[in-house]
Amino acid sequence: MLAYIARRLLATIPVMAVVAVLVFSMLRLTSGDPAAIIAGAAANSQDIVDIRQKLGLDRPIVEQFAIWIGHVLSGDFGESFFFKKQVADLILDRVGPTLALATFTMVWSVLIAVPLGVIAANRQGTWVDRLVMGFSVLGFSVPVFVIGYTLIYVFSIRLNWLPVQGYQPIAEGLGGFIQRLILPSLTLSVIYIALIARITRTSILEVLGEDYIRTARAKGLPNRVVLMRHALRNAAVPIITVIGIGIAFLIGGVVVTESVFSIPGLGRLTVDAVLARDYPTVQAVILLFSIVYVLLNLLVDVAYTLLDPRIRY
Amino acid sequence: MPAVEAPTAIDSVRPTALQTGVRARLLKSPTVVVGAAILVMILAIGLAAPWLDTVDPAAINPSVRNKGPGFVELARNADGTQRTIEHRMGTDTLGRDVYSRVLYGARTSLLVGVTVAAISVAIGLCIGLIVGYVRWLDGIVMRVMDGVMAIPAILLAIAVVSLSSAGLVAVIVAIVIPEIPRVVRLVRSVVLSVREEPYVEAAISVGTPTLPLVIRHILPNTIPPLIVQATYIVAVAILIEAILSFLGVGIPPETPTWGNIMAEGRALFRIFPHNILYPGIFLALTILAVNMLGDGLRDTLDPRMKKRL
Repeated sequence: MLAYIARRLLATIPVMAVVAVLVFSMLRLTSGDPAAIIAGAAANSQDIVDIRQKLGLDRPIVEQFAIWIGHVLSGDFGESFFFKKQVADLILDRVGPTLALATFTMVWSVLIAVPLGVIAANRQGTWVDRLVMGFSVLGFSVPVFVIGYTLIYVFSIRLNWLPVQGYQPIAEGLGGFIQRLILPSLTLSVIYIALIARITRTSILEVLGEDYIRTARAKGLPNRVVLMRHALRNAAVPIITVIGIGIAFLIGGVVVTESVFSIPGLGRLTVDAVLARDYPTVQAVILLFSIVYVLLNLLVDVAYTLLDPRIRY
Repeated sequence: MPAVEAPTAIDSVRPTALQTGVRARLLKSPTVVVGAAILVMILAIGLAAPWLDTVDPAAINPSVRNKGPGFVELARNADGTQRTIEHRMGTDTLGRDVYSRVLYGARTSLLVGVTVAAISVAIGLCIGLIVGYVRWLDGIVMRVMDGVMAIPAILLAIAVVSLSSAGLVAVIVAIVIPEIPRVVRLVRSVVLSVREEPYVEAAISVGTPTLPLVIRHILPNTIPPLIVQATYIVAVAILIEAILSFLGVGIPPETPTWGNIMAEGRALFRIFPHNILYPGIFLALTILAVNMLGDGLRDTLDPRMKKRL
């Protein structure tokens, strides 16, 4: 098991290396002087010279990459010229809201989607099944910001139940923290629920055709036990896989949702940085999100062995 | 050589039994028919926008800023006579007619969707065929593809757009790049399974050169799954274009796109929700139609994929 995890960790190194090269070459692919781009519009010529020296832009490209990767590995993403701060500190400031949003979304999604999928599979072909599947197709198709604004319109503006936008740190009160996260996390979870409900239904249906399900039914187990203990457990591997794949949707959705709800998280930071052409920040955020995505999928792979002991590596 | 030409001519005229079967099944599938019908309608609306009682979608008119749906404007013609302009979907903060912008916006969305799908499928198909066939390239190319796929598509698109001046071409390139690896993976997996088939072996053993072999015997197998994949790419591309415009990093704001209209409506959403509502409905409907078409095509053309997502 440990050997497997170690092997998988090693296998992520080439992927991360490619990501690093891509992120690094982003700046070199643009026309113009990278130092001038990094320094930003407000820089004077001395700033540009300083940056050129710091990044070693006069040296061969391979050496430049080595210098850059060395900085990155020691947690130094450079200074954001727009926010006038170390990028690493900037990210630390912004990571809280995003983490809270993502966690809320994951919890909602799994709690809603898995039962929906099981119910749909159990009632295959009925109106319940069609309703769940219809919602699933719809959930894939309605863009996250349309969902967000619709929810704001209904629950905040018309009904006045929840605050319209904004974020409140947990330290300033649990009530306000949760209140302000309900709509954004619901918004973000729609596509996730659609994805998970669909795969749950499909994989449960597949498992329901197995002999051991017939045996379980033959020995008189109630339907609920057959579904939960026998079917769902054996259908877990594809469900977990999709939860892992869906993290990419989640990260993309975070960028949009945080903009819709004015949440000062990493997604909002990404957009602000792009709009301000703050390249050190853009590079750092992309690198960070990619690492999170790769590592979470590694976690998913490891989870297989726990869920299904037949899978051995 | 008429003796040789005759059968080819007949072949091309009369579809084989399998082809007619597919066509009949496609026409019987309700999701394909409904999805295609909605798409044709939206395409028609976009193309016919100038004749659907629209005004210039970029025309700014400060005197009619922020009007609700159904507002009737009294405008003065050049010769001094008056005429009325009905703003069916209201106006935005610059006094532009939302109805006209929404209708013209259909053009951008569909153009981006189809172009991105065509380009990414073409590039992905070439790379996929090559790596599926030239084994030593496989390792290197697929690692690069894994790396590209490790960056969430929207982030990668935002980053690429940020590097160049915003515009239609930059947006298309930005959406194509993250989609290519998905096509490459699909094509490669088809090539790898097909190249072990006995008929490919037979073709090799009678001395078919590599290029005709790939084009005649391997390429056709990739077409059905690629059609399905291309449909989904259209949906993703329309969605990402709207997101980029909405975030303000996409196509320049004066161009009418659904994302731009929504971005414009953000600030005053509480008072004038129509700026987000109407383009949102069109956007959702279009993506829904493309997804329905994709699901229907998948079930008909490639039943094996039914289990996948």
